[in-house]
Formats: sequence, structure tokens, C-alpha cells
Amino acid sequence: MLICGNQMNPKILIITGYGLNCEAESQRAWTLAGAAPDLVHLNDLLAQPERLHAYAGLMFIGGFSYGDHMGSGLAFAARLRHHLRADLARFIADGKLILGVCNGFQIMVKLGLLPGLDGDYFAQRVALMPNAGGVFQNFWVTLRFEPRSPCVFTRGLDPMPLPIRHGEGRLFTLEPALLDRLEALGGVPCRYADPATGAATQAFPHNPNGSLRAIAGLCDPTGRIFGLMPHPEAYLFPENHPQWDFQYLRGNAPAQGLGLHLFRNAVTFLQTS
Amino acid sequence: MLIMGPPFTGRFMTHRIEIGLRRGVHDARGAKVVAQARKFFRLPVRACVTRDVYKVDVALSAGALRALRKVFTDPVISRSADHRLPAPAGAWLIEVGFKPGVTDNLGRTAQEVVADVLDRPLTPSEGVYTSVQYFLRGALTRDQAQRLGRDLLANELIQTIRVFTPEEWAAAPVDAEPPVMRDPAAIHVRTYELGGTDEELLRLSRAGILSLSLDELHALRDYFLRPDVRAARAALGLPAAPTDVEVECVAQTWSEHCKHKIFAARIRYVDEHGREQLIDSLFKTFIRGATEKIAPEVDWLVSVFTDNAGVIRFDDRYNVSYKCETHNSPSALDPYGGAITGIVGVNRDPMGTGMGCELLCNTWGYCLASPFFDGALPAGLMHPRRIRDGVHQGVIDGGNQSGIPWTRGFERFDERYLGKPLVYCGTVGRIPRVLQGRPSERKEIEPGDAIVMCGGRIGKDGIHGATFSSEELRAESPAQAVQIGDPITQRKMYEFLIEARDQGLYRALTDNGAGGLSSSLGEMSSLSGGAEVDLARAPLKYAGLQPWEILLSEAQERMSLAVPPDHVAALRRRDVEATVLGTFTNSGAFVLQHDGRAVGRLDLDFLHDGCPKMSLEARWTPPRVAAPRPLRAGPRHRALLGLLGALNVCSKEFKSRQYDGEVKGLSVVKPFVGMYSDVPSDATVMRVAYDSHAGLILAEGLNPFFSDLDTYAMMASVIDEAVRRVISAGGQLGRIAGLDNFCWPDPVLSEKTPDGPYKLAQLVRANQALYDVCTAYGVPPISGKDSMKNDSVRGGRRISIPPTVLFSTLAILDDVRRAVTMPFKQPGDAIYVLGVTRNELGASEFHRWLAAAQGTPSAYGGRVPGLDAPRALNLYRALGAATRAGLLHSSHTPTLGGLAVAFALAALGGDLGAEINLAAVPAADEPGDDALLFAESNSRFVVTCAPDQTAALEALFRGLPCARVGTVTAARTLRIAGGGRRLVDAELDILRQAFRKTLNGI
Repeated sequence: MLICGNQMNPKILIITGYGLNCEAESQRAWTLAGAAPDLVHLNDLLAQPERLHAYAGLMFIGGFSYGDHMGSGLAFAARLRHHLRADLARFIADGKLILGVCNGFQIMVKLGLLPGLDGDYFAQRVALMPNAGGVFQNFWVTLRFEPRSPCVFTRGLDPMPLPIRHGEGRLFTLEPALLDRLEALGGVPCRYADPATGAATQAFPHNPNGSLRAIAGLCDPTGRIFGLMPHPEAYLFPENHPQWDFQYLRGNAPAQGLGLHLFRNAVTFLQTS
Repeated sequence: MLIMGPPFTGRFMTHRIEIGLRRGVHDARGAKVVAQARKFFRLPVRACVTRDVYKVDVALSAGALRALRKVFTDPVISRSADHRLPAPAGAWLIEVGFKPGVTDNLGRTAQEVVADVLDRPLTPSEGVYTSVQYFLRGALTRDQAQRLGRDLLANELIQTIRVFTPEEWAAAPVDAEPPVMRDPAAIHVRTYELGGTDEELLRLSRAGILSLSLDELHALRDYFLRPDVRAARAALGLPAAPTDVEVECVAQTWSEHCKHKIFAARIRYVDEHGREQLIDSLFKTFIRGATEKIAPEVDWLVSVFTDNAGVIRFDDRYNVSYKCETHNSPSALDPYGGAITGIVGVNRDPMGTGMGCELLCNTWGYCLASPFFDGALPAGLMHPRRIRDGVHQGVIDGGNQSGIPWTRGFERFDERYLGKPLVYCGTVGRIPRVLQGRPSERKEIEPGDAIVMCGGRIGKDGIHGATFSSEELRAESPAQAVQIGDPITQRKMYEFLIEARDQGLYRALTDNGAGGLSSSLGEMSSLSGGAEVDLARAPLKYAGLQPWEILLSEAQERMSLAVPPDHVAALRRRDVEATVLGTFTNSGAFVLQHDGRAVGRLDLDFLHDGCPKMSLEARWTPPRVAAPRPLRAGPRHRALLGLLGALNVCSKEFKSRQYDGEVKGLSVVKPFVGMYSDVPSDATVMRVAYDSHAGLILAEGLNPFFSDLDTYAMMASVIDEAVRRVISAGGQLGRIAGLDNFCWPDPVLSEKTPDGPYKLAQLVRANQALYDVCTAYGVPPISGKDSMKNDSVRGGRRISIPPTVLFSTLAILDDVRRAVTMPFKQPGDAIYVLGVTRNELGASEFHRWLAAAQGTPSAYGGRVPGLDAPRALNLYRALGAATRAGLLHSSHTPTLGGLAVAFALAALGGDLGAEINLAAVPAADEPGDDALLFAESNSRFVVTCAPDQTAALEALFRGLPCARVGTVTAARTLRIAGGGRRLVDAELDILRQAFRKTLNGI
């Protein structure tokens, strides 16, 4: 692949603006993982779209782009489709990485970057609908990772607690066959799990939104384009965990927040590919 | 004087797009309507299909319209049509849209999408307007359908409701008419005749919602008669009589909301023994007085009471600021709009403090009537469940969409909040201590600096908000006093401002909140010594605003900046409108123009210092409140379950989980803690930066029930609660700042308030306690606010709130990893009670539960908790030493429900049991078992430590009230024995269910 920046500290572009709001912790996550992230306002990027190609990775962060009006991610995706489609296509063709979290994932799904079937990255195939419970929710869930997925972000990861903070996270389609196909391709790298059994679940609250087949995130068939609803960038400190006080006493607190692993995987991939 | 408005612009056809869900896709919005209609209105609604309607008032080709509809429609789950989708068979239709001029955030986003698709900006006369359709199946009458529209789906103050039978809908022409004001009024500046009788003057004030008193009207009249004033105004071409611009500007600057006249008044206070005290300003004497007394003892006060928020030093790099506001009156009229405006409004306080703070976290708290209220609702008031839902949703959307995590939240319920809910919203900000080589708290303005308004546009929203909130709520209270916040516009402005700040593009800024430009520019102009503004330059949402309306509009998401002229060009970026409205001067006057013509002139010294001081009477007579009959001796299992499930104690988790508490990833001790994250923490802890372990502790105290017995004890108790929560979480004395928010019923004697002197005496006593306790504890108040007219007269019934003070604390913690949380942690740990329990059950949860059970709900008297500040200080110092030494496994301070509830919550948090012996609890005045269990005595803690640390702990507390009362057990049962009897023996699952069930799902 093309080298962008120092290969040891790959450059990551984080798009900001229009109500996206997780830029600070996302920047921190990439930095801790060894990358060199830049925050770039969407307007500045659209004014000079070729800037995108100086980066090895792109992140669509969480937040409330356009207030989630008209459906989460719709307005932001419309803007990207209209002004950045060709550059995104080239970025993907160049074999680079794209990560989307929460609203960023919703934007990617609306745009069609995910699931990115049949080489078509600009046709929406699935939906992220309002949570089955009907309201926005913030609490911690357990994520399990599917070892068969080609996803470079989730390679070798053990189940992990992460916070969810969304109102529209229920992965949905009217075509079950599409999900079969996705699963066969390894396009479902992570699911909501029952922490007691480790098994994927449809039961609230472990599955917080009623997502079909407990799907928490999707990747494209190459595994380089990945999005998920839970927030790995919100678990960078051990003290972010809601039971850190118990973990401290029992001596089982991790040295760093576990969310960092997803970013480390991405950086390792960029350093070694 | 008549000035012409802009010409009427031509129209074109409006397009209507309807979007619905595809067959087989769950309609969550519709399902919620069905559930609510059945549950709360007991109406036989069987199904509800919802649709979004977009009226696109834009010149479009057929191809562009097709492209647009495609972008608007989610291809996986939605379908859409031009004009109309087929209506579901046999269903009533209720269509809800916005009234003209009301903020339509969805419509605004749609406009941006249209502009993107068309690749051109929309013209000012183009727009997109949205409405929602609810198709309801079920045997409903028209009255019932209308009632659902009015009482569930829409608020008629801001929305339009149209109800159709299937036949009517089929026959109705397609409605694509956008809700816009087509015929802007001509610009017209009126003058006020102030020469009339006193009665005429007062009528003028009331009719115009000026809220000016007779003294103030006289001062206003006399000012305009001054020869120097007449000459200066004549020189500008102004008429001899004051213009509406001038009168409105003075009225809002002098409003209770902005001027705090009651806190500034001269008061003669007479206590129950006839002793008299003269007080010249409660604020100066007690609040600022406390801060001034403490200031020499602390070295971290940076800016207090002068700016939009109080500022303290956090560490070598950063200062932090904190402000808490109330938004009560607007939330009574439109709970959602009032509350979202409350939160995004208070965000602008730290944003406008110093050179502009970055926003760290939000706090909220609501005082409401019970959502289960089933009494007679006075006409014109909303059901408290509806107010509660709307207020929560407003602050949820405002905070979440702004990307600011919540840290503290509370709810209190009492029937006296039926008339006016209290909606507290607070925000903490962070700012580098030095920016461009200057202290970041310093604001300066040079004559010649440009006046720049940035952010949203001005509409009629919120006009008279400041004067209106200074009045009781009446049936004719103005609908236009309601604004609807737009967090996304504000977020864009915020990012723009922080960039501009870091580039040093402006010299000062402040927010446009209550009173709009008149307030922000009035304040800023005193920094340079004057200002000249042309109101016609202000960007408007729609034509037709009168100059005085432009000046007073409280349209949201706006800040005013002082910009050196050579930096103005650099300010235009990020899609954020920044408009030069005029120039700061040193002329001593605030001069207002419209399109080059003078429409008003006011001397700054008159505007700011010309308001006559009030003189008020306060007389204290201790109230007599009957106590409930004591409960027969015996087990207290049922009482404990009753208290855990009581509205004021029970879990508020269902609503709280809808707020984002973790964006930014800085949270350490969250609002909910425990093995199941389901018990409230004493205080929350967060980092302030990613590269430091230093952090902030936030907590609060509030107890309106104690006010019924004595507001001195109430105030002392809420400050103690706010402080001891911080200490419990690991905070240290000497590092704690306070904020006071007073909400009072009208305390000014008048025909309608014959008990004014008593209510004012309550206010005096609360202030006396604030001074006494803050100075004793060394907790300086750094910012505060008061809201003094929390009464409602509707349907012939006057409802006044109980005196309510929110005291919020902000403390600095050197290492957040040292924070202590409240759940029991491991079996075998020793449980201690620190502090003295007294026979203080007055106004406690227990007495209120007992009084209600006895059928006399207001007979909850008794001895109200007192405060022994010197002893409390000794205890807090020792506890501070214990947390520094890392001795404690848990610490929890009892509040509502006393020790019994405290033991239960700590046990639930750890999912562990406990064996407690009440006889060991440190006590005075021989409290019985019920007082030991349930008294809400101040300055107490329940702490645990490892069994091998008990000697070290006891050594730290030698000579202080500290006793081991029990042990944490692996059995999931709480057992409390007292006087040889078992008082409580309860399984955790039963306790947890009692704590969770009351408001679960509500």
C-alpha cells in the first residue's frame, strides 16, 4: 500500500464539524496507539479533497451530525456523497483504513461504505434503526469478536466491555438472506454478548437496541473498513470502567483502557502491511 | 416616525414530501403513542402509523425534486411520495406542525441537505418546514382525537394541530402551505407617554409586560425630563417622549431576572423575639460577604460574581468555571423548548466567561409535581408527567447533541411544583490560564472595537423572557416567551469561537441570553464606556421585527464579541454568521439606530445604576407544623421498602440513562456506581485533561422540605450535604467552591402576597445560614442566581413553590484514582458510622412517609436537623486524612431516608449483605430506633475498611464520633438489629426491586 506519513506513526484523518463531537478522545486514542491523527473540519476537507490522500486512515467519529435530524447520519452522508465520493472511492481502492464509531458508523452505513458488498461502497444496504426500546441509551455492554472475520481492527481480541451511547443502533434489513451473506463473508466482526456466557444475545440490556443477530459492528469484505456502535475511544483509562473501584481492590484492573486495543490493531496493520 | 421594512418577495410553488416506513418495519414512534394513549389517557388506540412531512418551499425543477426525495428517503426502511402517501385505512389523522416563526430544527437540517443537493445556498425567502402525521386506529371520538393532539402529541403554544377523519383527509386538498409570516409588519417606532397618573403608568407597565414598579416608572419618567438628556436625545433627532426601544431596554435591564432587585433591596428583618436587623442587600452582605471573608484563606479564586460564571484555578495550566441557571417559567409553558433552551443557554455562560471556556460537563436537576398526580389540575397547567417528560427530553437532546456529558442530576417531587416546575441546568468549563500572554479571565474593550454578533439569527422568540420570568405565571403569559434551543447551531458556533479565541481574534465576548442584545451589549459597553448599534444590520430569521424586538429578542445560539477592526474579516468562517452591528465607544451612552436613524439613546450610568432600590419588610414567626403519630415499635422492613420506593428516594435510572455521560471519555466516578451500576454515587469525579490524573468532584444539596420548618436549617443542611458528599468521595476541605441557586415564591408584600414578610424572612434566614456555614467550612460561593417569582395563578388557584435552594459544589482532587465510592466492596469489611445521629426526624422522608400513610400528608413536623459546624469540620478533616491514606474501601453519606437507606444503598451497590447493630451508632439526645434508622441528621458517613485496617482507622478518628456498627457479609441480606430486636431483615433482591420499580419505564 501507499505509505502515508512515517510508517511507524501512520497519519490518520479525523473529520470534525456539524455536530460530530468525539474528536478529542478519538485523537487521544490514535495517539496512544502510536498513530499521528489530525483533526480536520469537514469544510476544510471539502475545500481541498486531495488532502485525504496524504493519510493512511480515516475516522468518522461519534456525535450528532446535524442533530440526527432526518435519521442519524443522513445529512452528513448526503454531503459526503455529493462532494467526496470520488476521493473516498480512491482512498478505499488504495487499500487504506476507515473506522466509524457510533454516528460515524451510521454515516458509513447511510453512505454505503458498509457493508461494502460487491465492491459497491456507495449504495445503502442495511439500516440502523431507532433502538427497540425507543430511547437513547448510555450504559456499558459486552462485545464479543468473531475470529473468522477479516476485520483488521478486531483481530485476536477477547470479549471487551465498552459503553454504548445511541438512539439509533438497531441493525436492520427486511432481507435475512443479506445477513446470511454478510456473515459468510466475515462482515460481522463484533456482536453484543451476555457477559455471563459470552454468547451473542437478543436480550435487553446486553443487546441494548434489538439489533438483528446481535450485530454491533460491520466490516467490508476486505476487513479494512469497519464501523461499530459502541465506543472504544471512551475506554482509554482503566477508570472509565464503571466498576474500576472494584477492579482496583481485586487487582484485576487493566493497565490501560481496553478500547485502545482496536486502535493498536489498526496501527500494527498499517506499520506492517 | 415610520421606517419602511424590506419589500415583499415573490413566491413559488411549495412541494410536499411525505415519508413513511416500509411494510414490516417497526414504527417505534407510533408504538410509543399507542402505549401512552392507552396508559395515560385510557383511550382505545389500537395502532398508530407515523409519517414525516416536508414542505419544501424552494424553487425546484422536477428532476431536482426527484433527487431530493431520494436523498430524504432511507432506501432500506422508508418509502416516500410527492404530495401524499396512501393513508392507512380507517384511521384518524392528527397532523402536527409548527406555528410560524417557531424554531424547526428538523426543517433547518433539511434546508442544508437541499442546499447540498442543489449545490447552491438557499435564498432568505426559501425554506423547508416539517410536520408529523399520526394515523390512529381505534374507536375514538373527534373530541378524544383532539385531546390526544392537544395533551399528548403537540403543544398548542408553538404547534398547530389538525385532525381529520379518513373521509375528511381524502377530501382535503393537498396542503403544501409553509408556515411562514407572509406579510411583514412595517417598521414602526412608538413613543411612550409617561406623563400620566400613577394608575396609568402601572397599567402601561402591565400591558407591555414591562414589569416595572411605580418607583421605577417614576425614575424612568424623571430621567427623560432631565435637560441634559433631552438635549442629547434631541441632537440625535429623537422625539421628546421615550421610544419603545428605550423603555423596553430599561425595563429588561431593570428586570428582577437581570437586576436581582430583591437580593439588592434594603430589608428590615424582625425575628421571633422582636429583634430588628437592617440589611443592605442580602447578596452583598451574606453571599459576596462570605466569599470576601474566605478569599484571604484560599489562593485559587480567579473571578467570582463578576463574569457569566465563577472561575477558580484548577492547576498550573487550567482554570475551571461553573455556572448553574434555572429556566422555570419557559419550561412551564413548553417543557421541551424551555428545558433545551435552559441547557444550551447555560452552556453559553462558561463559553462567554473570560475569553471563552471549553465545555466539560453538564448538571441538571428538576423539582416537579408527582408524575402520578391524579388530583384536579388547574385549567391551563400541564400534567406534571408531561412536564417531566418534556423537560427531560429537552435537556437530553440539548446535552447529547452538544457533546457535553452529564455528571450530576436529581429530581425532587412535591405537589407545590405543580404551578411552576424548577429546571436547574449547570455547566462546567475549562480554559487555559493564559491566552496570547494574557490572563484568560481578563476582558477588555477599546473604543473603536467592532460589535460583532455571531451564531444564529434573530426572530421573535423569547421576547420579554427576562421581564416575563420576573412575574408569576398567568393565563395570558406570552407564547413568544418560549424559545427552542438548537444545539447543532450552537455547537458550530462553539467550535468557531474556540478557534477564534486561540487565534486572538476578539478582545471580549459575552452571551446573548435573557434580554438579548440589550443585555449583552449593555453589559459590554460599560467596559469601553459606550456603544453605537445599528439594529437593522442584525441578521433576521424573517422580516418584520420592530427595532425594539431585535434588541430584546432572546433567539438562542448567539454571542456578542468585541473585535479589533483589523480582525473582523478573519471571523467569517465555518458556516457561522458573524455580523458587525456597530462600534464600542467611550461616549457614556448606549446609542441605538435602525438603518442609520436614531431610535434610542440611554446614558449607561442611568441604565446600570438608575434603578431605585426597594425597601422591604421581613418578619419571622416560627411556623407550627404538626408531627405524625409515632409508629408502634416493631420491625421496620415495610418502612424501609416504602422509603426506598418513595418518589424522592427511588432510582431515577430510567430517565438518566437517556443522557450521555461518557462523551469525552473523562468520567471516573459516574452518576451511577455499584456492581450493577444502579445506585447513585455521592458525588461524581472526572478528569479535566487526558494527560493528568487531577480531577474535579461535583456534588450538590437540595431539600425544600426542611424549608417548611426553618429555612435557616434548610440552608445549613443543603450546604452540609453538598460539602459532605465531596468529602465522602475523597475531597479535601480548602479545595471546595460553592454555587447557590435560590428559587423562591414571591416574597414582596402585596395584595396577592399577604404573607410576603414571612417569605422574605425565610429568605433572610437562608442567607444568614449561607454566610455562617460557608465561612465556617471555608467554602466560598463563586457564582449564583436567583429566581424569585415562582408562583402560578391559574384557574383561580394560587400555587407557590416551597423555598428551594440548590447548593452545588465543585472541588479539586489531585489524583482521581484516590476517589472513594459508596458501595460496600468485600465481605468481612468493617462498617463504621461517623458523626452523631440525633432525634431529628422533622421533615424527613420517614415523617413524610408516615404522615402520608396517616392521611395527613403535611403533618411531617418534628425537630429539623441542626448543624454543629466546628465538630463537622474535625470529622471532615479526619475523613480527608483517611482517604489520603487509602484506608477506606467505601464511603457513603446518608441523606434522604437516613442511615437505613444509606446501609441499603451501599449493600445494593456492592451486591453484598451487612449485619448492623444500631445500638453502636454514635448518638445524642437519646434517639429511638426510628431516629437511629431514619433521622436525616447532618455530617454523617457510613464507611468501610478491610478488617486488618480497623486499628488504623480508629486511630485517625480518636476523640471523634466514630463507631464500628457491623460487618459486610457475603449473604445477600441486610440485617439491622436495635435494642435487642431485629428491625430489618431483607434480601437484597427485594430491596433492589423496591428501589427500582417506582419510576422504572416512566
